[in-house]
Amino acid sequence: MSATHRRIALGAALAAFALLAPVLAPNDYVVGVLARICLYATLALGLNVVVGFAGLLDIGYVAFFGIGSYLYAFLASPQFDIHLPFLLALPLVVLGTALFGIAIGAPTLRLGGDYLAIVTLGFGEITYLLLLNLDRPVNITNGPSGIIGIDPPALLGYTLGSNIHYYYLFLLVLVLTLIASNRLRHSRVGWAWQAIREDELAARTMGINTTVAKLQAFAIGASFAGFAGALLASWQRSVFPENFLFTESINVLAMVIIGGMGSLAGVVLGAAVIVALPEIFRDLADYRMLVFGLMLMLLMIFRPQGILVPRAAPRPTPNSPTATEKSA
Amino acid sequence: MLGILPQQLVFGLALGAVYGLIALGYTMVYGVLLMINFAHGELFTIGAYVGWGVLAWLINTQLGGLHPAWVLPLLLLMAMSASGLLGMALERFAYRPLYLRGATRLGPLISAVGASIFLQNAIMLTQGARMKVYMTNLLFPRSWTVQVGGVRISALVLVMISVAMLLMWGLHLLVQRTTLGRCMRAVAEDREVAAVMGVNVRRVISLTFLLGSALGGAAGVLVGLYYTQIDFFMGYSAGLKAFTAAVLGGIGNIRGAMLGGLLLGVIESLAVTFLNPAYRDVVAFVVLILVLVFRPTGLLGESVPHANKV
Repeated sequence: MSATHRRIALGAALAAFALLAPVLAPNDYVVGVLARICLYATLALGLNVVVGFAGLLDIGYVAFFGIGSYLYAFLASPQFDIHLPFLLALPLVVLGTALFGIAIGAPTLRLGGDYLAIVTLGFGEITYLLLLNLDRPVNITNGPSGIIGIDPPALLGYTLGSNIHYYYLFLLVLVLTLIASNRLRHSRVGWAWQAIREDELAARTMGINTTVAKLQAFAIGASFAGFAGALLASWQRSVFPENFLFTESINVLAMVIIGGMGSLAGVVLGAAVIVALPEIFRDLADYRMLVFGLMLMLLMIFRPQGILVPRAAPRPTPNSPTATEKSA
Repeated sequence: MLGILPQQLVFGLALGAVYGLIALGYTMVYGVLLMINFAHGELFTIGAYVGWGVLAWLINTQLGGLHPAWVLPLLLLMAMSASGLLGMALERFAYRPLYLRGATRLGPLISAVGASIFLQNAIMLTQGARMKVYMTNLLFPRSWTVQVGGVRISALVLVMISVAMLLMWGLHLLVQRTTLGRCMRAVAEDREVAAVMGVNVRRVISLTFLLGSALGGAAGVLVGLYYTQIDFFMGYSAGLKAFTAAVLGGIGNIRGAMLGGLLLGVIESLAVTFLNPAYRDVVAFVVLILVLVFRPTGLLGESVPHANKV
């Protein structure tokens, strides 16, 4: 069996598993976890565009997830008494979040590396605090009590109700996101991103408009998050500021990294690990987050490049600590 | 509203001095390893808990015959030892295997996040999720105040500012005057060249963690005494603020961390006075973003040569 055949067989097995999983799942709770894996994998693929492709470290990414969720909640809930149909609200949300991505990305273009990270962290915190406090003087976000009673999505006159429905919807979205990510990676802008990631100065010398390419990364990354946010809001039927804490940003970043940065399969695997681990350790009750933290450390110690190492493993940069100092 | 402004400014300075202390830990580690030690906030929490435990024990035993003036130094010493040693252990077991193997810069970041989650939950499981109360009143009664130009300043606030300043001054001397300090600066400048020049890089990194974490532990005691309530989650927002302070002043820059801390504390107290207190943190982050956008390396500039790669 050749390598190609093996890949096809593996792909078919995975597809069959993904399609049958909710049927084989022992209970509705597990189906819910599977749906969440698909949803977070979509979100993580968006962050992968920014961090994995373009090399822009964003540690406030969940802000876009939150903005998407709230935009959807504004457009389809009793909050402002607007009830747009799902398929009309979705593109509006995605467009709106992409605009936020550009707005937040624009002032950060001059910043590199960790400074960019801190500014994104700042934007993430500001977004959370605004969601929490914009119930006064004018009630926009309804403050800490969140927005409830969000309309469930209706597709072709059929209203989604159970976890299984959502699982298949999220799986479909995930597959589309994977295809989009793959197309993006091998597109003109995808190559530009990777050039910027490797060496920004060299990229600019080669005639790449780094400003435009970076803004595209922010806008596209944000629009994935907006999409996922709208799905979250329609699934939970409610949104709260607590869904979009800094720790969530870090969780999503961990999904991108532990699977193997830059590899699409790695991102999906990372999302599955990060969502499922605390569930698997649920029997440990209070100890589950303790074990989760320990697992993150151990994973990084024993698989520093991620679980699935991408074929072109990232070379250590001149700035990164290298093995040469073993002589020290 | 202007009447309470001087009072608020003093609170801001006290809080800012503590942010500066915590920020030093971030900035020192960043200086030598180019990594954000996300677990630093938890080391600060552990300092607060150790201080609380020692204080409670001392009070139970009628101070064990100790003169009250020695209580604060003892609290600080115990908290600093515990946080410092734990910081060193963290470096040894969670970060060193990664930087020795030449992982990308994101690996240690995630390992640090894991350490942070682990420590936070370890504290919650061993100490309980409910908050602990510092018996500050027995150490610094509320009636001890000093009147300066119409502003009533509590003795505790003065002690906080002086302890923080003293520790920062000590660190400054250590970094500028001693051999260890010179080695630390050399490692921050260029690790490989420092190694070639005979600096034991691993030992310097380890000691940097010890010092930075110890300062965080001291800050934990001060914050505990000031707010009188501590809980396992306190390191989250304090760490975030302190890191903001470090970046505000210019990361890797020790004086910058102090300046950034004080500035952040004062900005927050101004925001509380003139704006809605709920937007205190929003103001802090907006200032951070504005500073970085217009002066991308912080107020005093970074002292890390090149840090623009993921």
